[in-house]
Amino acid sequence: MKAGTRLERILTSGQFAVTAEAGPPKGTGAEVIRKKGELLRHCCDAVNVTDNQTAIVRMSSLAGCLLLKEQGVEPVMQMVVRDRNRLALQSDVLGAVALGIGNILCLSGDHQKFGNHPGAKGVFDIDSIQLVRTLKMMRDEKKFIAGEDISGEVPVFIGAAANPFADPFEYRVSRLAKKIKAGADFIQTQAVYDVDKFARWMEMVTARGLDKQVHIMAGIIPIRSAGMARYMRDSVPGVYVPDEVVTRMENAANPKEEGVRIILEIIEQLKDMPGVHGIHIMAVGWEDIVPQVVEKSGLMPRPVV
Amino acid sequence: MKTITSQKPAEEVMGYLEKCQKVYIIGCGTCATMCHTGGKSEVLEMKRKIESSGKKVTGWMIIPTACDELTKYALEEEAGRIKEADCVLAMTCAVGVQTIALHLKDKKPVYPALNTLFIGMEDSPGHFTEVCLQCGSCVLGKTAAICPLVRCSKSLLNGPCGGSSGGKCEVSQDIPCAWQLIYDRLSEMGRLEEMEAIEPFKDWSVSVSGGPRKIDVEAECTTTS
Repeated sequence: MKAGTRLERILTSGQFAVTAEAGPPKGTGAEVIRKKGELLRHCCDAVNVTDNQTAIVRMSSLAGCLLLKEQGVEPVMQMVVRDRNRLALQSDVLGAVALGIGNILCLSGDHQKFGNHPGAKGVFDIDSIQLVRTLKMMRDEKKFIAGEDISGEVPVFIGAAANPFADPFEYRVSRLAKKIKAGADFIQTQAVYDVDKFARWMEMVTARGLDKQVHIMAGIIPIRSAGMARYMRDSVPGVYVPDEVVTRMENAANPKEEGVRIILEIIEQLKDMPGVHGIHIMAVGWEDIVPQVVEKSGLMPRPVV
Repeated sequence: MKTITSQKPAEEVMGYLEKCQKVYIIGCGTCATMCHTGGKSEVLEMKRKIESSGKKVTGWMIIPTACDELTKYALEEEAGRIKEADCVLAMTCAVGVQTIALHLKDKKPVYPALNTLFIGMEDSPGHFTEVCLQCGSCVLGKTAAICPLVRCSKSLLNGPCGGSSGGKCEVSQDIPCAWQLIYDRLSEMGRLEEMEAIEPFKDWSVSVSGGPRKIDVEAECTTTS
Protein backbone atom coordinates (compact mmCIF):
# COMPACT_ATOMS: atom_id res chain seq x y z
CA MET A 1 0.00 0.00 0.00
CA LYS A 2 1.23 3.45 -0.90
CA ALA A 3 -1.16 5.50 1.17
CA GLY A 4 -3.69 2.94 2.33
CA THR A 5 -6.67 5.10 1.40
CA ARG A 6 -10.01 3.47 0.76
CA LEU A 7 -9.71 4.36 -2.90
CA GLU A 8 -6.36 2.62 -3.11
CA ARG A 9 -7.65 -0.44 -1.25
CA ILE A 10 -10.66 -0.79 -3.51
CA LEU A 11 -8.67 -0.34 -6.70
CA THR A 12 -5.86 -2.68 -5.69
CA SER A 13 -8.36 -5.32 -4.59
CA GLY A 14 -9.63 -5.33 -8.17
CA GLN A 15 -13.08 -3.96 -7.37
CA PHE A 16 -14.80 -1.42 -9.60
CA ALA A 17 -14.34 1.96 -7.89
CA VAL A 18 -16.71 4.93 -7.83
CA THR A 19 -15.64 8.48 -7.12
CA ALA A 20 -17.53 11.73 -7.51
CA GLU A 21 -16.72 15.39 -7.57
CA ALA A 22 -17.72 18.06 -5.07
CA GLY A 23 -16.99 21.62 -6.14
CA PRO A 24 -16.35 23.97 -3.20
CA PRO A 25 -18.42 27.17 -2.87
CA LYS A 26 -17.51 30.66 -4.06
CA GLY A 27 -17.60 31.60 -0.43
CA THR A 28 -16.97 30.49 3.10
CA GLY A 29 -19.91 28.15 3.68
CA ALA A 30 -18.59 24.92 5.11
CA GLU A 31 -22.13 23.55 4.98
CA VAL A 32 -22.02 23.55 1.16
CA ILE A 33 -19.22 20.98 1.22
CA ARG A 34 -20.78 19.06 4.11
CA LYS A 35 -24.09 18.79 2.26
CA LYS A 36 -22.37 17.37 -0.81
CA GLY A 37 -20.36 15.02 1.37
CA GLU A 38 -23.55 13.77 3.04
CA LEU A 39 -25.17 13.19 -0.32
CA LEU A 40 -22.21 11.29 -1.73
CA ARG A 41 -20.93 9.36 1.29
CA HIS A 42 -22.81 6.11 0.66
CA CYS A 43 -22.51 5.95 -3.10
CA CYS A 44 -18.83 6.80 -3.58
CA ASP A 45 -15.51 5.48 -2.37
CA ALA A 46 -13.91 8.91 -2.40
CA VAL A 47 -14.89 12.45 -3.33
CA ASN A 48 -12.73 14.82 -5.38
CA VAL A 49 -12.57 18.42 -4.26
CA THR A 50 -11.77 20.64 -7.21
CA ASP A 51 -9.04 23.29 -7.15
CA ASN A 52 -10.38 26.61 -8.46
CA GLN A 53 -12.07 24.75 -11.28
CA THR A 54 -12.48 26.60 -14.59
CA ALA A 55 -10.12 29.16 -13.05
CA ILE A 56 -12.85 30.58 -10.81
CA VAL A 57 -11.84 31.40 -7.26
CA ARG A 58 -13.46 29.07 -4.75
CA MET A 59 -12.77 27.74 -1.29
CA SER A 60 -9.43 25.95 -1.39
CA SER A 61 -9.33 22.27 -2.22
CA LEU A 62 -7.32 21.55 0.91
CA ALA A 63 -9.96 23.12 3.16
CA GLY A 64 -12.76 21.33 1.31
CA CYS A 65 -10.93 18.02 1.71
CA LEU A 66 -10.56 18.54 5.43
CA LEU A 67 -14.26 19.32 5.79
CA LEU A 68 -15.10 16.07 4.00
CA LYS A 69 -12.65 14.12 6.08
CA GLU A 70 -14.12 15.49 9.32
CA GLN A 71 -17.47 13.98 8.37
CA GLY A 72 -15.91 10.64 7.47
CA VAL A 73 -15.92 11.05 3.69
CA GLU A 74 -12.64 10.19 1.98
CA PRO A 75 -11.34 13.11 -0.07
CA VAL A 76 -9.28 13.31 -3.26
CA MET A 77 -7.44 16.62 -3.26
CA GLN A 78 -7.14 18.13 -6.73
CA MET A 79 -4.11 20.31 -7.39
CA VAL A 80 -3.56 22.46 -10.46
CA VAL A 81 -0.17 23.89 -11.43
CA ARG A 82 -1.78 27.08 -12.74
CA ASP A 83 -2.00 28.86 -9.39
CA ARG A 84 1.02 27.73 -7.36
CA ASN A 85 4.74 27.36 -7.89
CA ARG A 86 6.80 24.39 -6.74
CA LEU A 87 7.24 25.80 -3.24
CA ALA A 88 3.53 26.27 -2.64
CA LEU A 89 2.57 22.94 -4.23
CA GLN A 90 5.01 20.97 -2.12
CA SER A 91 4.07 22.74 1.10
CA ASP A 92 0.38 22.06 0.45
CA VAL A 93 1.20 18.38 -0.07
CA LEU A 94 2.93 18.31 3.33
CA GLY A 95 -0.07 20.04 4.89
CA ALA A 96 -2.54 17.67 3.24
CA VAL A 97 -0.65 14.61 4.46
CA ALA A 98 -0.43 16.08 7.96
CA LEU A 99 -4.23 16.45 7.90
CA GLY A 100 -4.68 12.85 6.79
CA ILE A 101 -5.48 13.47 3.14
CA GLY A 102 -4.03 10.63 1.09
CA ASN A 103 -5.39 10.92 -2.44
CA ILE A 104 -4.04 13.72 -4.62
CA LEU A 105 -4.95 14.36 -8.25
CA CYS A 106 -2.42 16.33 -10.33
CA LEU A 107 -3.74 18.60 -13.08
CA SER A 108 -2.63 21.42 -15.36
CA GLY A 109 -5.80 23.43 -14.71
CA ASP A 110 -8.03 25.31 -17.13
CA HIS A 111 -6.35 28.41 -18.48
CA GLN A 112 -6.96 31.50 -16.32
CA LYS A 113 -8.52 33.23 -19.32
CA PHE A 114 -11.68 31.15 -18.77
CA GLY A 115 -12.18 32.19 -15.17
CA ASN A 116 -13.25 35.19 -13.16
CA HIS A 117 -9.73 36.63 -12.94
CA PRO A 118 -8.58 36.57 -16.57
CA GLY A 119 -5.84 39.10 -15.78
CA ALA A 120 -4.16 36.68 -13.35
CA LYS A 121 -0.61 35.52 -13.95
CA GLY A 122 -0.66 31.83 -14.77
CA VAL A 123 2.12 30.24 -12.74
CA PHE A 124 2.91 27.00 -14.61
CA ASP A 125 6.27 26.76 -12.85
CA ILE A 126 6.04 22.99 -13.27
CA ASP A 127 3.57 21.03 -15.38
CA SER A 128 1.13 18.32 -14.37
CA ILE A 129 3.47 15.45 -15.24
CA GLN A 130 6.23 17.07 -13.22
CA LEU A 131 3.77 17.43 -10.31
CA VAL A 132 3.11 13.68 -10.49
CA ARG A 133 6.85 13.10 -10.42
CA THR A 134 7.18 15.50 -7.48
CA LEU A 135 4.66 13.53 -5.43
CA LYS A 136 6.41 10.27 -6.25
CA MET A 137 9.77 11.74 -5.20
CA MET A 138 8.24 13.07 -2.00
CA ARG A 139 6.65 9.71 -1.21
CA ASP A 140 9.26 7.19 -2.37
CA GLU A 141 12.50 9.08 -1.82
CA LYS A 142 11.30 11.48 0.86
CA LYS A 143 12.91 14.29 -1.11
CA PHE A 144 11.79 17.68 -2.28
CA ILE A 145 12.34 18.73 -5.89
CA ALA A 146 15.49 20.49 -4.72
CA GLY A 147 16.86 17.19 -3.45
CA GLU A 148 16.63 18.05 0.22
CA ASP A 149 15.22 15.52 2.69
CA ILE A 150 11.65 15.66 3.95
CA SER A 151 11.12 14.82 7.58
CA GLY A 152 8.34 12.27 8.02
CA GLU A 153 6.51 10.00 5.62
CA VAL A 154 4.52 11.25 2.62
CA PRO A 155 1.99 8.48 2.00
CA VAL A 156 0.06 9.63 -1.05
CA PHE A 157 -1.96 7.79 -3.67
CA ILE A 158 -1.12 9.73 -6.81
CA GLY A 159 -3.72 10.58 -9.42
CA ALA A 160 -3.53 12.17 -12.84
CA ALA A 161 -5.99 13.00 -15.58
CA ALA A 162 -6.24 11.72 -19.13
CA ASN A 163 -8.29 13.04 -22.00
CA PRO A 164 -8.68 10.46 -24.77
CA PHE A 165 -10.81 12.96 -26.70
CA ALA A 166 -8.13 15.62 -27.05
CA ASP A 167 -5.67 15.78 -29.92
CA PRO A 168 -3.39 14.43 -31.21
CA PHE A 169 -5.37 11.24 -30.53
CA GLU A 170 -2.46 8.86 -31.16
CA TYR A 171 -0.33 10.74 -28.65
CA ARG A 172 -2.86 10.38 -25.84
CA VAL A 173 -1.67 6.87 -24.99
CA SER A 174 1.96 8.04 -24.94
CA ARG A 175 0.95 10.83 -22.60
CA LEU A 176 -0.72 8.31 -20.30
CA ALA A 177 2.48 6.23 -20.39
CA LYS A 178 4.44 9.32 -19.41
CA LYS A 179 2.14 9.95 -16.46
CA ILE A 180 2.57 6.34 -15.33
CA LYS A 181 6.33 6.61 -15.70
CA ALA A 182 6.23 9.83 -13.67
CA GLY A 183 4.41 8.00 -10.88
CA ALA A 184 0.63 8.03 -11.39
CA ASP A 185 -1.24 5.35 -9.44
CA PHE A 186 -4.72 6.16 -10.71
CA ILE A 187 -6.21 8.06 -13.62
CA GLN A 188 -9.51 9.90 -13.84
CA THR A 189 -10.42 10.62 -17.44
CA GLN A 190 -12.31 13.44 -19.09
CA ALA A 191 -16.03 12.77 -19.49
CA VAL A 192 -16.91 9.91 -21.84
CA TYR A 193 -19.80 10.38 -24.25
CA ASP A 194 -18.23 8.82 -27.33
CA VAL A 195 -17.86 5.28 -26.01
CA ASP A 196 -16.45 3.96 -29.31
CA LYS A 197 -13.59 6.44 -29.31
CA PHE A 198 -12.92 5.74 -25.64
CA ALA A 199 -12.88 2.01 -26.41
CA ARG A 200 -10.33 2.60 -29.20
CA TRP A 201 -8.13 4.47 -26.72
CA MET A 202 -8.54 1.72 -24.12
CA GLU A 203 -7.56 -0.89 -26.72
CA MET A 204 -4.32 0.99 -27.33
CA VAL A 205 -3.85 1.33 -23.57
CA THR A 206 -4.36 -2.38 -22.91
CA ALA A 207 -2.23 -3.35 -25.93
CA ARG A 208 0.67 -1.58 -24.23
CA GLY A 209 -0.21 -3.19 -20.91
CA LEU A 210 -0.71 0.22 -19.30
CA ASP A 211 -3.95 -0.85 -17.60
CA LYS A 212 -1.84 -3.22 -15.50
CA GLN A 213 0.33 -0.35 -14.30
CA VAL A 214 -2.33 2.19 -13.38
CA HIS A 215 -6.00 2.20 -12.36
CA ILE A 216 -8.08 3.93 -14.99
CA MET A 217 -11.40 5.45 -13.92
CA ALA A 218 -13.63 6.74 -16.70
CA GLY A 219 -15.11 10.20 -16.32
CA ILE A 220 -18.88 10.72 -16.30
CA ILE A 221 -20.76 14.03 -16.47
CA PRO A 222 -24.55 13.65 -16.17
CA ILE A 223 -26.39 16.00 -18.53
CA ARG A 224 -29.38 17.89 -17.21
CA SER A 225 -30.68 19.68 -20.26
CA ALA A 226 -30.26 20.16 -23.98
CA GLY A 227 -28.75 23.56 -23.25
CA MET A 228 -26.08 22.00 -21.07
CA ALA A 229 -25.33 19.39 -23.75
CA ARG A 230 -24.92 22.12 -26.36
CA TYR A 231 -22.80 24.24 -24.04
CA MET A 232 -20.47 21.36 -23.28
CA ARG A 233 -20.25 20.45 -26.96
CA ASP A 234 -19.48 23.99 -28.06
CA SER A 235 -17.74 25.76 -25.20
CA VAL A 236 -16.09 23.48 -22.64
CA PRO A 237 -12.43 22.83 -23.45
CA GLY A 238 -11.47 19.19 -23.65
CA VAL A 239 -15.01 17.82 -23.61
CA TYR A 240 -16.35 16.05 -26.68
CA VAL A 241 -20.12 15.63 -26.88
CA PRO A 242 -21.34 13.93 -30.07
CA ASP A 243 -24.26 15.60 -31.88
CA GLU A 244 -26.32 12.48 -31.34
CA VAL A 245 -26.27 13.04 -27.57
CA VAL A 246 -27.35 16.67 -28.06
CA THR A 247 -30.18 15.55 -30.36
CA ARG A 248 -31.39 12.98 -27.87
CA MET A 249 -31.50 15.66 -25.17
CA GLU A 250 -33.27 18.11 -27.48
CA ASN A 251 -35.96 15.59 -28.40
CA ALA A 252 -36.53 14.31 -24.88
CA ALA A 253 -39.89 14.92 -23.21
CA ASN A 254 -38.14 14.76 -19.84
CA PRO A 255 -34.54 15.91 -20.39
CA LYS A 256 -33.34 15.05 -16.88
CA GLU A 257 -34.55 11.46 -17.18
CA GLU A 258 -33.07 11.21 -20.66
CA GLY A 259 -29.76 12.56 -19.34
CA VAL A 260 -29.69 9.85 -16.68
CA ARG A 261 -30.60 7.21 -19.29
CA ILE A 262 -27.72 8.31 -21.52
CA ILE A 263 -25.26 8.18 -18.64
CA LEU A 264 -26.49 4.76 -17.48
CA GLU A 265 -26.03 3.38 -20.99
CA ILE A 266 -22.48 4.71 -21.05
CA ILE A 267 -21.65 3.32 -17.60
CA GLU A 268 -23.05 -0.06 -18.61
CA GLN A 269 -20.56 -0.25 -21.49
CA LEU A 270 -17.68 1.07 -19.38
CA LYS A 271 -18.24 -1.52 -16.64
CA ASP A 272 -17.47 -4.30 -19.09
CA MET A 273 -14.64 -2.59 -20.90
CA PRO A 274 -11.25 -4.28 -20.39
CA GLY A 275 -8.86 -2.13 -18.38
CA VAL A 276 -11.49 0.21 -16.89
CA HIS A 277 -11.26 0.00 -13.11
CA GLY A 278 -13.93 2.47 -12.08
CA ILE A 279 -15.91 5.59 -12.84
CA HIS A 280 -15.54 9.17 -11.71
CA ILE A 281 -18.77 11.18 -11.70
CA MET A 282 -18.49 14.94 -12.12
CA ALA A 283 -22.00 16.18 -11.51
CA VAL A 284 -21.08 19.89 -11.58
CA GLY A 285 -23.92 21.25 -9.44
CA TRP A 286 -26.23 18.27 -9.90
CA GLU A 287 -24.81 16.13 -7.10
CA ASP A 288 -28.35 15.05 -6.09
CA ILE A 289 -28.42 12.74 -9.06
CA VAL A 290 -25.24 10.83 -8.20
CA PRO A 291 -26.74 8.32 -5.70
CA GLN A 292 -29.43 7.43 -8.23
CA VAL A 293 -26.90 7.00 -11.05
CA VAL A 294 -24.69 4.73 -8.93
CA GLU A 295 -27.70 2.74 -7.66
CA LYS A 296 -29.17 2.21 -11.12
CA SER A 297 -25.76 1.23 -12.47
CA GLY A 298 -25.79 -1.72 -10.07
CA LEU A 299 -22.77 -0.35 -8.23
CA MET A 300 -24.42 -0.21 -4.81
CA PRO A 301 -23.70 -0.98 -2.08
CA ARG A 302 -20.12 0.21 -2.14
CA PRO A 303 -17.66 -2.40 -0.94
CA VAL A 304 -16.27 -2.21 2.57
CA VAL A 305 -12.51 -2.70 2.51
CA MET B 1 13.91 39.66 -35.07
CA LYS B 2 12.11 42.78 -33.89
CA THR B 3 10.73 44.14 -30.68
CA ILE B 4 7.01 44.29 -31.19
CA THR B 5 5.12 47.16 -29.62
CA SER B 6 1.57 48.50 -29.53
CA GLN B 7 0.36 51.99 -28.71
CA LYS B 8 -0.96 52.58 -25.24
CA PRO B 9 -4.56 53.83 -25.01
CA ALA B 10 -4.69 57.62 -25.51
CA GLU B 11 -6.24 58.13 -22.05
CA GLU B 12 -3.28 56.43 -20.38
CA VAL B 13 -0.77 58.58 -22.29
CA MET B 14 -2.73 61.77 -21.60
CA GLY B 15 -2.90 60.71 -17.94
CA TYR B 16 0.89 60.72 -17.77
CA LEU B 17 0.98 64.15 -19.38
CA GLU B 18 -1.62 65.65 -17.05
CA LYS B 19 0.92 67.64 -15.04
CA CYS B 20 3.04 68.61 -18.07
CA GLN B 21 2.40 71.68 -20.18
CA LYS B 22 5.38 71.16 -22.48
CA VAL B 23 6.32 67.84 -23.99
CA TYR B 24 9.25 66.56 -26.05
CA ILE B 25 8.49 63.48 -28.19
CA ILE B 26 10.95 60.79 -29.25
CA GLY B 27 10.23 58.07 -31.81
CA CYS B 28 12.40 55.19 -32.99
CA GLY B 29 13.47 54.52 -36.56
CA THR B 30 13.77 50.76 -36.17
CA CYS B 31 11.23 48.42 -34.57
CA ALA B 32 8.64 51.05 -33.60
CA THR B 33 8.71 52.48 -37.12
CA MET B 34 8.18 49.03 -38.57
CA CYS B 35 5.31 48.36 -36.15
CA HIS B 36 3.70 51.73 -37.05
CA THR B 37 3.70 52.60 -33.37
CA GLY B 38 6.56 55.12 -33.03
CA GLY B 39 7.74 56.15 -36.50
CA LYS B 40 7.60 59.61 -37.97
CA SER B 41 3.92 59.61 -38.86
CA GLU B 42 2.91 58.30 -35.41
CA VAL B 43 5.10 60.90 -33.71
CA LEU B 44 3.52 63.69 -35.79
CA GLU B 45 0.05 62.33 -35.01
CA MET B 46 0.91 62.34 -31.29
CA LYS B 47 2.22 65.90 -31.62
CA ARG B 48 -1.07 66.97 -33.16
CA LYS B 49 -3.04 65.25 -30.39
CA ILE B 50 -0.98 66.82 -27.62
CA GLU B 51 -1.21 70.28 -29.19
CA SER B 52 -4.94 69.98 -29.68
CA SER B 53 -5.26 69.35 -25.94
CA GLY B 54 -3.73 72.80 -25.36
CA LYS B 55 -0.21 71.67 -24.52
CA LYS B 56 3.00 72.64 -26.27
CA VAL B 57 5.39 70.29 -28.02
CA THR B 58 8.87 71.77 -27.63
CA GLY B 59 10.34 69.43 -30.25
CA TRP B 60 10.53 65.88 -31.53
CA MET B 61 12.98 63.50 -33.14
CA ILE B 62 13.20 59.98 -34.48
CA ILE B 63 16.30 58.32 -33.08
CA PRO B 64 17.53 55.75 -35.65
CA THR B 65 17.72 52.98 -33.03
CA ALA B 66 16.59 54.22 -29.64
CA CYS B 67 18.00 51.23 -27.72
CA ASP B 68 21.50 51.96 -29.04
CA GLU B 69 23.98 53.89 -26.92
CA LEU B 70 24.22 56.49 -29.71
CA THR B 71 20.93 57.71 -28.24
CA LYS B 72 23.15 59.60 -25.78
CA TYR B 73 24.44 61.84 -28.58
CA ALA B 74 20.99 62.38 -30.09
CA LEU B 75 19.79 63.57 -26.66
CA GLU B 76 22.78 65.91 -26.37
CA GLU B 77 22.02 67.45 -29.76
CA GLU B 78 18.43 68.11 -28.76
CA ALA B 79 19.28 69.14 -25.18
CA GLY B 80 17.94 72.68 -25.62
CA ARG B 81 14.42 71.67 -26.71
CA ILE B 82 14.32 68.83 -24.17
CA LYS B 83 15.33 71.23 -21.39
CA GLU B 84 12.40 73.45 -22.29
CA ALA B 85 9.93 70.53 -21.85
CA ASP B 86 8.39 69.25 -18.61
CA CYS B 87 8.70 65.64 -19.71
CA VAL B 88 9.79 63.34 -22.52
CA LEU B 89 7.26 61.07 -24.21
CA ALA B 90 9.05 58.04 -25.66
CA MET B 91 7.32 56.30 -28.55
CA THR B 92 9.86 53.50 -28.41
CA CYS B 93 10.05 50.02 -26.93
CA ALA B 94 10.79 49.67 -23.23
CA VAL B 95 14.51 49.31 -23.93
CA GLY B 96 14.36 52.64 -25.75
CA VAL B 97 12.49 54.26 -22.84
CA GLN B 98 15.11 53.05 -20.40
CA THR B 99 18.03 54.01 -22.64
CA ILE B 100 16.61 57.53 -22.97
CA ALA B 101 16.07 57.83 -19.20
CA LEU B 102 19.60 56.56 -18.55
CA HIS B 103 21.28 59.06 -20.85
CA LEU B 104 19.08 62.07 -20.23
CA LYS B 105 21.32 64.67 -18.56
CA ASP B 106 18.48 66.98 -17.66
CA LYS B 107 16.53 64.78 -15.20
CA LYS B 108 12.82 64.80 -15.93
CA PRO B 109 10.12 62.21 -16.37
CA VAL B 110 10.35 59.89 -19.39
CA TYR B 111 6.91 58.43 -20.10
CA PRO B 112 6.25 55.45 -22.35
CA ALA B 113 3.67 55.84 -25.11
CA LEU B 114 3.94 52.20 -26.15
CA ASN B 115 3.52 48.78 -24.61
CA THR B 116 6.37 46.42 -25.37
CA LEU B 117 4.89 43.07 -26.28
CA PHE B 118 7.44 40.53 -27.40
CA ILE B 119 10.40 39.64 -29.55
CA GLY B 120 8.67 38.68 -32.76
CA MET B 121 9.31 36.49 -35.75
CA GLU B 122 7.82 37.81 -39.00
CA ASP B 123 5.96 34.75 -40.23
CA SER B 124 4.23 36.63 -43.04
CA PRO B 125 4.76 40.24 -44.18
CA GLY B 126 3.69 42.57 -41.39
CA HIS B 127 2.53 39.72 -39.16
CA PHE B 128 4.60 38.89 -36.10
CA THR B 129 4.39 35.99 -33.69
CA GLU B 130 6.01 35.58 -30.30
CA VAL B 131 8.29 32.60 -30.58
CA CYS B 132 10.81 32.99 -27.76
CA LEU B 133 10.42 33.67 -24.05
CA GLN B 134 14.14 34.29 -23.60
CA CYS B 135 14.00 31.80 -20.74
CA GLY B 136 17.74 31.29 -20.54
CA SER B 137 17.68 27.50 -20.94
CA CYS B 138 16.60 26.66 -24.47
CA VAL B 139 14.55 23.48 -25.02
CA LEU B 140 14.18 23.81 -28.81
CA GLY B 141 16.45 20.81 -29.38
CA LYS B 142 13.80 18.59 -27.84
CA THR B 143 10.75 20.30 -29.30
CA ALA B 144 11.42 20.33 -33.04
CA ALA B 145 12.48 23.99 -32.89
CA ILE B 146 9.06 25.18 -31.69
CA CYS B 147 9.12 26.84 -28.28
CA PRO B 148 6.42 25.44 -25.96
CA LEU B 149 7.18 28.06 -23.31
CA VAL B 150 5.60 30.86 -25.31
CA ARG B 151 3.62 29.03 -27.94
CA CYS B 152 1.79 26.80 -25.46
CA SER B 153 -0.56 28.98 -23.40
CA LYS B 154 0.33 26.99 -20.28
CA SER B 155 4.08 26.74 -21.04
CA LEU B 156 3.81 22.97 -20.72
CA LEU B 157 7.03 21.03 -21.16
CA ASN B 158 5.68 17.49 -21.43
CA GLY B 159 3.17 17.47 -24.24
CA PRO B 160 -0.29 18.85 -24.98
CA CYS B 161 -2.87 19.30 -22.22
CA GLY B 162 -6.40 17.96 -22.51
CA GLY B 163 -7.56 21.17 -24.15
CA SER B 164 -5.84 20.61 -27.50
CA SER B 165 -8.50 20.08 -30.12
CA GLY B 166 -8.31 19.99 -33.89
CA GLY B 167 -4.85 21.54 -33.76
CA LYS B 168 -6.08 24.53 -31.75
CA CYS B 169 -5.40 25.71 -28.22
CA GLU B 170 -8.27 25.72 -25.71
CA VAL B 171 -7.64 29.42 -25.16
CA SER B 172 -8.59 30.49 -28.69
CA GLN B 173 -9.34 29.10 -32.11
CA ASP B 174 -6.77 31.63 -33.37
CA ILE B 175 -3.94 29.98 -31.44
CA PRO B 176 -2.43 26.83 -32.91
CA CYS B 177 -1.65 24.21 -30.25
CA ALA B 178 2.14 24.36 -29.94
CA TRP B 179 2.33 20.71 -28.95
CA GLN B 180 0.31 19.66 -32.00
CA LEU B 181 2.86 21.55 -34.12
CA ILE B 182 5.72 19.88 -32.26
CA TYR B 183 4.05 16.48 -32.59
CA ASP B 184 3.53 16.93 -36.33
CA ARG B 185 7.08 18.06 -36.96
CA LEU B 186 8.61 15.29 -34.84
CA SER B 187 6.32 12.81 -36.56
CA GLU B 188 7.50 13.96 -40.01
CA MET B 189 11.07 13.35 -38.91
CA GLY B 190 10.35 9.98 -37.32
CA ARG B 191 11.30 11.34 -33.90
CA LEU B 192 8.00 10.83 -32.04
CA GLU B 193 9.61 8.59 -29.43
CA GLU B 194 11.33 11.73 -28.12
CA MET B 195 7.96 12.91 -26.82
CA GLU B 196 7.87 9.95 -24.43
CA ALA B 197 10.79 11.28 -22.40
CA ILE B 198 9.85 13.25 -19.31
CA GLU B 199 11.24 16.76 -19.45
CA PRO B 200 12.76 17.60 -16.06
CA PHE B 201 11.90 20.60 -13.89
CA LYS B 202 12.86 23.85 -15.48
CA ASP B 203 15.45 26.10 -13.85
CA TRP B 204 13.70 29.45 -13.82
CA SER B 205 16.61 31.06 -11.95
CA VAL B 206 18.30 31.72 -15.28
CA SER B 207 15.09 33.34 -16.49
CA VAL B 208 12.95 36.20 -15.21
CA SER B 209 12.86 34.70 -11.71
CA GLY B 210 16.59 35.02 -11.12
CA GLY B 211 16.83 38.79 -10.90
CA PRO B 212 18.10 41.04 -13.71
CA ARG B 213 20.32 39.10 -16.08
CA LYS B 214 23.59 40.59 -17.23
CA ILE B 215 26.19 39.56 -19.69
CA ASP B 216 29.72 40.71 -20.39
CA VAL B 217 30.46 39.82 -23.98
CA GLU B 218 34.15 40.57 -23.63
CA ALA B 219 34.55 38.29 -20.63
CA GLU B 220 32.47 35.28 -21.63
CA CYS B 221 29.22 34.47 -23.29
CA THR B 222 27.37 33.12 -20.24
CA THR B 223 24.83 34.83 -18.04
CA THR B 224 25.82 35.85 -14.57
CA SER B 225 23.51 36.48 -11.70
